[in-house]
Amino acid sequence: MSIQSFRSTGMISIEELRKLKLIPPEERLKKGPVVIVECPEKIPCNICVDACPQNAITIKNINELPEIDWNKCTGCGTCVAYCPGLAIFVVDISKPNKAYVTVPHEFLPVPKLGDEVTVLSRDGTKLGKGKVVKIFERNRTWVITVEVPREFAMEVRAIWVEK
Amino acid sequence: MIGKCSSCFMKVNGIPNVRTCIEPVRDGIRVERQRGLPEIPPIANETNEAFEETFETDLLVIGGGPAGLTAALTAAEYGLNVTIVNEHFKLGGQLVKQTHKFFGSKELFGGLRGFQIAEHLSNKIVEKSNIKVLLQTVAYGIFRDNWIGLASMNKLYRVKARNVIISTGAAEQYLAFPGNDLPGVMGAGGAQTIMNEYGILPGKEVLVVGSGNVGLIVSYQLLQAGAKVKAILEIMPEIGGWFVHAAKVRRYGVPILTRHTIKDVWGDERVEGATIVRVNEEFQPIPGSERKVSCDLVLLAIGLTPDTRLFAQAGAIMTWIPELGGLVPLRTPYLETSIENVFVAGDSSGIEEATTAMIEGEIAALTAVLKTEGSIRDALERREKLLKFLWDEYRQSPLLARARAGKLKATVSEDEMRKLRTKFSR
Ligand code: SF4
Ligand code: SF4
Repeated sequence: MSIQSFRSTGMISIEELRKLKLIPPEERLKKGPVVIVECPEKIPCNICVDACPQNAITIKNINELPEIDWNKCTGCGTCVAYCPGLAIFVVDISKPNKAYVTVPHEFLPVPKLGDEVTVLSRDGTKLGKGKVVKIFERNRTWVITVEVPREFAMEVRAIWVEK
Repeated sequence: MIGKCSSCFMKVNGIPNVRTCIEPVRDGIRVERQRGLPEIPPIANETNEAFEETFETDLLVIGGGPAGLTAALTAAEYGLNVTIVNEHFKLGGQLVKQTHKFFGSKELFGGLRGFQIAEHLSNKIVEKSNIKVLLQTVAYGIFRDNWIGLASMNKLYRVKARNVIISTGAAEQYLAFPGNDLPGVMGAGGAQTIMNEYGILPGKEVLVVGSGNVGLIVSYQLLQAGAKVKAILEIMPEIGGWFVHAAKVRRYGVPILTRHTIKDVWGDERVEGATIVRVNEEFQPIPGSERKVSCDLVLLAIGLTPDTRLFAQAGAIMTWIPELGGLVPLRTPYLETSIENVFVAGDSSGIEEATTAMIEGEIAALTAVLKTEGSIRDALERREKLLKFLWDEYRQSPLLARARAGKLKATVSEDEMRKLRTKFSR
């Protein structure tokens, strides 16, 4: 049996991300919105480094993995808009009961503030509904923040507007 | 249907064997179905008389994709008089149909969408008074002393070029299985042309064969266009392309079935479904594991072959390199082939990707500049820097390791090339 990994499934687990130092420490997560970069391969790209206004991301030559300075990151979501891999998310679990997840979105129609949209996991499972609380756009990539049940903070990675 | 195969041959205004996928619609156009070999057309069908023109140029760039456009711009910067020949009516090559954002760094156009890079480069080309662009024109042959024959819709050209950069790109590979000739089976690049360039949805329910970046990206674009992607098949145990591209389609529920291949396609007049099958360690179908999938479009994204016909015709020393997709011309580190002053850049030098194609275009152009204008310090330094970045930095990505190894194999030192030229000179 081959070992199941993101290379054969197209999905990455929290454990794999943690090993790559891409999951923020628990204390940081509790403080407020923070970036989760799900970019586990040495691809020739460093767009996120230039995108971040806080200089929170560094990549040591163009092929290394992103390194995040959790204390510099404000969770603004700018990098979510610029990442060509659509691999960056922002998670906020600082509020009681609810979590806020920010995802990239490149499908029409674009939801409006306050809309209820379907939220999807890494394998496209419909996890339920989320309320859109923030939207902005850069070069036709929309960055959408949804309010979801807290247990879905690390699961929701896309939204879908039912037509 | 990326302007390279014969799948879309039709009779246009009485002229047979016209690639309709790159033929612009115009008033009064007459398009007829063509079956089998057509009759030879009468002379001067479309226009009254084909006429000829002879001209000279410092640099002829054949193929206006990312490599060719970058090459032309670079050479023009140093004052060379440049001509670009492009088969399509639009410059940009495969970039024009790429709607996703590119990787790389800011300096390498990373973050821009492919078609935006094409627009950016084309606009710069148009601004240059020392670049001449010949659209819908093909180079049909290279002759002695760097004379090149070109043919456009209504004109023939004989060009004496001091330097030639051949950046003709690649053609898609096809797969043999029953039913692969049914309408609705096509290359992934063909679907991108129809969908992203011409705005027509090529199918509603799609099966994609091959999970390299092309297969993954076309699947994402199909989802954006409103199609349903039933599955992406991958014969290997692992996904072929980059994880981030795979994750993008998985999130919307597209299954990627590793160790799977296509067995056949059926349908009455057009694709109605396909049989997929699991494979064992030897990539042989496992009997009994067949499944039927209903679909109206089957896309083949199993790889590309460098378009190197001109090099072969010109008698350049070729070498077979599986990592690069097949037969490619041997070249020096500065991208000169065994034919002096004939250079290679981009996918025609071996399948890689758009960013490296642009870097190669720049390196080849700088070499042409240096050979034409003598040693210009700035051009020399720029070339060294690019070579270092390309080989020691950019291509160090483990995901480009295969292409890097291939390109290394296809490269010989200038000394070695000189010896080979003497040995094979005719
Ligand atoms: S969320 Fe904002 S601050 Fe944090 S890494 Fe991204 S761009 Fe930088
Ligand atoms: S921009 Fe996105 S794809 Fe590029 S290195 Fe950063 S996270 Fe990875």
